[in-house]
Amino acid sequence: MTDLVEQDAAAVTPSPAPSTAPKSRLRSEAFARRLRARHAAERRFRLAGAAAVALAALILVLLLGSIVAKGASAFLEARIRLEVTLDPAEVADRNYTALLRRALYAQFPQVTDRAGKRVLNDLLSSGAPYELEAMVAKNPALAGTTQTIWVRADDQIDQLVKGAYRRDLPESERGLGDAKIAAADALLASGALAQGFNTTLFTAGDSREPEQAGIGGAIAGSLLTLLVTMALSVPTGIAAAVYLEEFAARNRWTDLIEVNINNLAAVPSIIFGLLGLAVFLGFFGMPRSAPLVGGLVMALMTLPVIIIASRVALKAVPPSIREAALGIGASPLQTVLHHVLPLAMPGILTGTIIGMARALGETAPLLMIGMVAFIVDIPHGLTDSATVLPVQIYMWADSPERAFTERTSAAILILLGVLILLNGVAVILRKIFERRW
Amino acid sequence: MTTRTPVVAASALGMALSLVAAPAFAQSRDQIRAVGSSTVFPFTTAVAEAFGKTGKFKTPVVESTGTGGGLKLFCAGVGPAHPDIANASRRIKKSEVDQCAANGVTTMTELKIGYDGIALASSRKAAPVSLSTVLLWKALAKEVPVNGVLVANPYKLWSDIDPSLPRTAIEVLGPPPTSGTRDTFNELAMLEGCRKLAEVAKAVPNEKARERTCMTIREDGAYVEAGENDNLIVQKLTANPNAFGVFGYSYLDQNRDSLQSAKMDGVELTAETVAAGKYELARPLYIYVKNAHAGVIPGIREFIGEYTSERAMGDDGYLVDKGLIPEPKALREAARILAVNLTPLQF
Repeated sequence: MTDLVEQDAAAVTPSPAPSTAPKSRLRSEAFARRLRARHAAERRFRLAGAAAVALAALILVLLLGSIVAKGASAFLEARIRLEVTLDPAEVADRNYTALLRRALYAQFPQVTDRAGKRVLNDLLSSGAPYELEAMVAKNPALAGTTQTIWVRADDQIDQLVKGAYRRDLPESERGLGDAKIAAADALLASGALAQGFNTTLFTAGDSREPEQAGIGGAIAGSLLTLLVTMALSVPTGIAAAVYLEEFAARNRWTDLIEVNINNLAAVPSIIFGLLGLAVFLGFFGMPRSAPLVGGLVMALMTLPVIIIASRVALKAVPPSIREAALGIGASPLQTVLHHVLPLAMPGILTGTIIGMARALGETAPLLMIGMVAFIVDIPHGLTDSATVLPVQIYMWADSPERAFTERTSAAILILLGVLILLNGVAVILRKIFERRW
Repeated sequence: MTTRTPVVAASALGMALSLVAAPAFAQSRDQIRAVGSSTVFPFTTAVAEAFGKTGKFKTPVVESTGTGGGLKLFCAGVGPAHPDIANASRRIKKSEVDQCAANGVTTMTELKIGYDGIALASSRKAAPVSLSTVLLWKALAKEVPVNGVLVANPYKLWSDIDPSLPRTAIEVLGPPPTSGTRDTFNELAMLEGCRKLAEVAKAVPNEKARERTCMTIREDGAYVEAGENDNLIVQKLTANPNAFGVFGYSYLDQNRDSLQSAKMDGVELTAETVAAGKYELARPLYIYVKNAHAGVIPGIREFIGEYTSERAMGDDGYLVDKGLIPEPKALREAARILAVNLTPLQF
């Protein structure tokens, strides 16, 4: 208290002080020392705060930097240009592999032996014939013509083009043969091997071949799961919050419910997975790996988060609003629906979106209900087998093929992008609906 | 109490959704489901993908649950709610067969798909070494015999065990106890190495207790449990040239440019030495197929037909590209006949 008085006094020192006693106290050595000490303490505190922020920023930059540095190259993929003559007989026979190989051999007239041809075969992705097949299926008139097409290269070639292999190592230690490198270099020199934007990464389902793997299936699975989660947890959560905050009597029962809700919000997510396994799979007999079950489990997990956020938002609406509404004759339901809920909406939406973002990034509860699985087909319904984005990241991180390393980072970038988008929407919604009193 | 209506209605809606939906799931399934070993996972998924591309059937769903967890799910019963195929990095145990039978899974077909070698790898920056199961056991056991008495493992440096080994601290990164790789490592390296030492048999006469002594790994920091993510071990080895890592052959094969494998009793880890039975730390891999599901879940016969085809598990098959060490041709033929006939396993 005295410090404050002294500070105020120090602030007004320029004006001539009337009394001599405080003047001498203010000019005293002890006072100046105390003032210096307090200013130093303040500077230290600010410095510590700035250092903390700088450290956090540095770690974030390192994390993002390493992910971007590793993942950026995954947005490009190596493709090989081929002049394919679509022999109608072979097309009818669906022998697209032979068609592609013949076109590739034509670029290497000097290769005639089997071993050499096998090296060339390995330049193409094993998914290339399916690309060609899809093209012909879309446009059957192509049969009998010669087309210039770009097909996916094998993942090893893809990595070679991106410079992931050390060329200075002896062949036996490199993991990629000299012959393959020579063939790839020849194609590079003639411009028949080039990198393009990797659309596969966004459209395809999972695959064991990195060049054919994509997060399309995982994104569809995440969307379906979130759809179920949202449809269940948002109405239930808001309804529960409104009832508890606006209508329920304060007694031992509501206290008990409140304690339980707060507890549930802190329960580790794997517990919800175990619950899902026992109840939804065991008791209701729902299918394993289905987004429906994943969504139900996530809904249970996000429900407490939404209830708590909604209650806080409702509590923040001033009582005067309720009193005014009731005073002009609105029923309690009209008061809540017409006045309180709209005013609480920004807070509720923020809580909901944060809950959804958490559900989007969750893997542990899905482990128990079979959504951590290798699933190639893109899910189209709530009971199709599906996986979600973070699970896809985990599975790719666990794959031995090195081309998956960059795809893992790319998938992380995409997940981060979606999360930033969600949080951005939360901020915008809050800005739009926000009202000050 | 009209005010409560929306609340009640909303929560009732949620409940109704899950209740109404329930009976609809007691239907059949048109997609094969496989569960089990994380070591067999890369191979089964590769076959599943190739199988799915034929376009006649849906791509099977493969879960990596570990051998034990997978067999538990597999043996839980017959019907669409239970998986059709179990991947295993060891043979099914008698207790598991009994468990299966108790739940109505009485007939299953066992298919040996090939081998996986366990690599004891280190960074290429380190000097190559030759180890043996005995040396490994001495380096990693919790208690070792010194002058006929079991004492807490005193070895800190590799050179403490054998002067010909490098003067570096013993540091082995390996899988945790939940992993199938760890089970196999315990059995193939620890138990085998321990059995070769007569001193242990003298110090611990009781066979059960001896087995436990043999398979207990030290906990003083020389063995680091590095989690199930083998890629992480690869990264750590590159950073620390003195450390060794324990993992499957496919990871070594994919990282030959940064890692080298230690010789075991002078034998190098290659596909040839494993198939010939010379490399000690190799294990057979199996899949188990529920016979009762063949003809019920579409595509099971075709799927194991694809699995045992020469295109998949042959010498030049795509599974070999994924790191599988194939069986000799004659045994592959035998597996194919088993698969075609779905010959039940007699245990």
